[in-house]
Amino acid sequence: MTNHYIDFRNADVILNMGSNVAENHPVSFKWIQAAKDKGALFIHVDPRFTRTSTKADIFVRLRSGTDIAFLGGMIKYLIDNNMYDEFYVKNYTNASFIVNPKYGFNDGLFSGYDSTKRSYDKSTWALEKDEQGIPKRDMTLQDPRCVFQLLKNHYSRYALDKVSQITGTPTADLEKVYKAYGSTYAPDKAGTVLYAMGWTQHTVGVQNIRTMAIIQDLLGNMGIAGGGINALRGESNVQGSTDAGLLYHIWPAYLPTPRSPWATLADYNKNNTPVSKDPRSVNWWKNRPKYVASFLKSMFGEKATKENDFGYAWMPKLEPGQDASWLNLFDEMYKGAFTGFFAWGMNPACSSAHAGKVRQALTKLDWMVNVNVFDSETGSFWKGPGMNPKKIKTEVFQLPCAAFLEKEGSISNSGRWMQWRYKAANPPGVALPDGDIIYELFKKVRALYEKDKGTLPEPILNLKWDYETGGHFDIHKVAKEINGYDLTTGKLMANFVGLKDDGTTSCGNWLYSASYTEAGNMAARRKKTDPTGLGLYPEWSWCWPLNRRIIYNRASVDLDGKPRDPKRPLLKWDAEGKKWIGDVPDNAVPPMGTTGAYPFIMKPDGVSSLFGPGLNDGPFPEHYEPLECPIEKNLMSGQRINPAIKVFEGGLDAFATCDPKYPFVCSTYRVTEHWQTGVLTRWLPWLIEAEPQMFCEISIELAKLRGIKNGDRVIVQTQRGKLEAVAIVTFRLKPFNVAGQTIHQIGIPWHFGWLHPKDGGESANLLTPTVGDPNTMIPESKAFMANVSKLTKQPAQPAKKTTKS
Amino acid sequence: MTSMKITRRTFLKVSGATAAGTIMGGLGFDLSPAEVYAQELRIKGAKETTSICCYCSVGCGIIVHTDAKGKVINAEGDPDHPISEGALCAKGASSYQIAVNPHRLQKVLYRAPYSSTWKEVKWEWALEKIAANIKKSRDASFMEKNAAGQVVNRTNGIASVGSAAMDNEECWLYSKMLRALGLIYVEHQARI
Repeated sequence: MTNHYIDFRNADVILNMGSNVAENHPVSFKWIQAAKDKGALFIHVDPRFTRTSTKADIFVRLRSGTDIAFLGGMIKYLIDNNMYDEFYVKNYTNASFIVNPKYGFNDGLFSGYDSTKRSYDKSTWALEKDEQGIPKRDMTLQDPRCVFQLLKNHYSRYALDKVSQITGTPTADLEKVYKAYGSTYAPDKAGTVLYAMGWTQHTVGVQNIRTMAIIQDLLGNMGIAGGGINALRGESNVQGSTDAGLLYHIWPAYLPTPRSPWATLADYNKNNTPVSKDPRSVNWWKNRPKYVASFLKSMFGEKATKENDFGYAWMPKLEPGQDASWLNLFDEMYKGAFTGFFAWGMNPACSSAHAGKVRQALTKLDWMVNVNVFDSETGSFWKGPGMNPKKIKTEVFQLPCAAFLEKEGSISNSGRWMQWRYKAANPPGVALPDGDIIYELFKKVRALYEKDKGTLPEPILNLKWDYETGGHFDIHKVAKEINGYDLTTGKLMANFVGLKDDGTTSCGNWLYSASYTEAGNMAARRKKTDPTGLGLYPEWSWCWPLNRRIIYNRASVDLDGKPRDPKRPLLKWDAEGKKWIGDVPDNAVPPMGTTGAYPFIMKPDGVSSLFGPGLNDGPFPEHYEPLECPIEKNLMSGQRINPAIKVFEGGLDAFATCDPKYPFVCSTYRVTEHWQTGVLTRWLPWLIEAEPQMFCEISIELAKLRGIKNGDRVIVQTQRGKLEAVAIVTFRLKPFNVAGQTIHQIGIPWHFGWLHPKDGGESANLLTPTVGDPNTMIPESKAFMANVSKLTKQPAQPAKKTTKS
Repeated sequence: MTSMKITRRTFLKVSGATAAGTIMGGLGFDLSPAEVYAQELRIKGAKETTSICCYCSVGCGIIVHTDAKGKVINAEGDPDHPISEGALCAKGASSYQIAVNPHRLQKVLYRAPYSSTWKEVKWEWALEKIAANIKKSRDASFMEKNAAGQVVNRTNGIASVGSAAMDNEECWLYSKMLRALGLIYVEHQARI
C-alpha cells in the first residue's frame, strides 16, 4: 500500500475492485464505513455480488479477466471529459515527456516484439533526453509524441460500447462508475482504490494495477490522504516476507539478485544503480551501493572486507533472464531437477496453481522438510489420493512450529506498519518457533562443513550467525541486525540515511533501518498521538520507510509546499522554520517551486509513470483475454492473449479455450471463515463448523441450464483436474452478455484439501492452470475455463453379463 | 511484558456503561452488570499479552489471556489498537483455538523413503539428518562456474518455498541461511 488502512476514512470515493474487502479483510471495512458515514461514495466492481456489494453505493459486474478494458474505458472517459487534474498531471507525472519516435503500437502489439521468443525488445519504448541527459518535455502536452497524447490515442480505442461488449458490463453501469470515480479529479477530492488477488491473479495482473495507477495519476490521487494504490494483501506478514527478499529475484529490501555477468560488486552496482542527470530528481536508488555493502556486512560480518568485495562472490548468481519463480520452480521439480526441498510454513500441495502437478513433483524429491503448525496436504502428500507410499522415495521431515502467539517478533501489515508481537504461551509438545529451528539447523550444517569442508564452504563458514543470548536464540539480536549498526561506534543506526558503501556500516534491510534504534524497539510502540488528525498515528508501531505513513506525500502539496487539499493537509512547508510539518516528508527537500525536487523519489525521473517503459508486456496496459477464455477473438486486437506470457507445454500442462467441454469462466476466491489453503482454519472447530465444505456458486440461469438444484452435489472440472462440490444456486452470479454471447461465470473457494476434514472436499487449485503474468509470474487463478455438472451417483450394480460376439 | 494504558477492566467498565444505556432503552432492565461480572470472572487474574492477528494483512490487535500455569484461556480484540479498535473477524476471534487444539503438531515426525507411516523422532536426530541431506544435495549440485566460465556459486539441487507465516526477523534469518547455502529457487506466498 502507498497509504494505510485507517486512511480509507479520508477518501471521498472508494473503489473496491479485484477484491472483496468485507469478507476477506473484514475489520478494515470499519474505515470504509467511517468514510461512508462522512458522505463518501463506495463503489464495488466484481464478477460476483458479495457482502462487499451489499454495502456499496454502486455495484457493477464485469466478466473476470476484463479489468483493463473496464479501466481503459475510464481513462478515455476522463480525458474526453476533461476530468483530470491538470496541475498534477503536468508537474508530477511523465505526461509531458517525449517518447522515442520508433515507439509504436499496432493491432495489439507494441514495437519491438519477437514472436519466437514471445518477448519485447524494449529499446524503442525509451523516453527522449536532451544533450544534458535530461528528459525532453512539452509542458503544453500537445506534442504528438508526448506521453499524454500517446495515452489519449491508445485509449481512444476503449469506447463505451466496445468496453461493454468485452466486459459484459452495461454501458450505463460503466458511465456511472467512471463519472463517480472521476469526480475525485478536483484537488480537494480524494479517491482511493483497494484491490487484491482479483487483480494480480491474471496473465495481465501487473497491467491491471498499472491501469489504475494511470487513473490515480490523472486524478491526482497519489501521495495524498484518502488516495493511493492500496493492495489488500492476503497474509499477515506477506509484506514483511517480501521485504525480507524471500523471492528468487530480490535480496532483502528490493536489491536485485545478482546475475552471472556481474562478476564483481562494482559490476553489480553499475548495472543496478539508476542514474539521473536531472538535478531536480532525487533518484533515491542512487544510494543502492550503500545498501548492498551494508547488507553484505550483515551477511558476513568481519569476514566481509573491502578486499574481498564484502563477500559478494560467495553469493549465488542467476543466469541472465533466468526466472526461478514459483511456477518454474515446480516445473523444474516435476522434471526432477531438485533432490531437496523446504516447504517452510507453506502448503503448496493446495496453494499452488495446478496443485495436481505439484503433488506429483513432490514424489521426485529425495527429501523434503515441511514446517507447520498443523499437518498438511504437503507434509502428508505421500499418503494422499492416488499416491502409493510404497512407491514414493521422498524422505519427509515434519517439524512442528510455534503459532504466532507462542513467540516474539514483528510482522508488517499492508500499510507497512511493523507491529511487535509478544509471546503469550509456550508452544505445545516439542514445537519451536521457526526462528529457533532455522538457527539450530544452520548450526548443524555449519558443523558438518567445519568437519568436512565440502564444496565452497566459505559462505557457510563465514556467515555471521551470532544471534543468541545465554545459549538461546534471541530474536531481538536479529531485529537489531536488520536495523543495522554503525560499525565504527558499535551503535545501532538511527536510520538508513547514514549507511555507507565502505564497510563501516551494516544493515540487513535498509528499508527497516530506524525500526530498532538506540532509542528502543520502535515496532513495539503503543502511543496513540495523532497530530495531523488524519489517523497517521506516528507513535503507534513503526512503518517503513522512516515511519512515513503515506508514500510520495510531497505530491499532496503545490509548488510552494501548500497543501492542495486544505481539508486534509498531509504535509505543509514551514518557510520560516525551513521544515515540513505533518507526515514524514518524502523526502526532506524544500518544495518543488521552480528549482526544487520532484516528489516521486524512487523513480529515476522523479515523476510518476503514465508511460511505463520498464514492464515486459508494454508501456501502456492493453486488454488481452485470459489464456483460457470463452471467446474466439479479442475484440480489441488480433492478439487474443497477452503476447509476452510464457506458455508451459507438455507433461501435465493442458489448456482449453472456447472448448465446449469447458464452457464456463471460473474464479477461485476466499470466504471469511477460512484462510488460504485452510492449513490453520480447517483445524479449528468454530470455523470448520461455519464453513464445512467445498462449494461451487452458480447462477440461477446456469442451474436451470444444467438441471442443478441448490444443495446438489456437482463435479467441477477443467483440463487439469476435477473435484466434487455442493452447488450453491444464487443470484449473486449472473450470466454476462459478451459480444452477443451468453457467458456464465462460476466461483469456488480454495480453502479445502483431502486431509481434513475428511468430507470437506479437495483443493480448488487442482483445477487452475500453470500460467502466470509476464512480469510477476503470479498464476492466473481468477479466470480459467471449467465445466460444472450434476453428480449422478448411481447405486453400484453388478456388471451385466454380455455375450461374446 | 506490555504496558497498556487502558486495562481490560477499565475498558469493560466503559463498554459496560455504554451497553447499559442501550439495554435499558431496549428492554427496560439492565443485564449488563451481570454480563460484565461474568466476563471478568473468565479472565480474572489472567495475564494479558498483546499480539497481532496471524491471518490477513489488516494487522488487528489481539489480547491473549493466559492463566497462572501459562495456558491460553482467551483471546480477543485489543480495544486500544487504532486499526481494529477491539474488533476481530471470525478467524481472528478464533485465535484461542490455535493455541488450544488437540490437532496441533507436537512431535517431530519422520517418514522414511517408501514408508507408509510417520515415526516420531528427536529434534537432534532430525536436524542432524536434514543438515546431512543439505550438505549432500548442495555438494552434489553446486555450480561454481557456469558454461561461460562465470562464477555463479549456486546450489541447483535444492529449492525452498516459505514463508509469509513467519515473523520479519525469522524471514530475514531464513533468507540469510538460504542465500548462504547457495539457493536460487527461493519463493513464497507473495508469488501466488
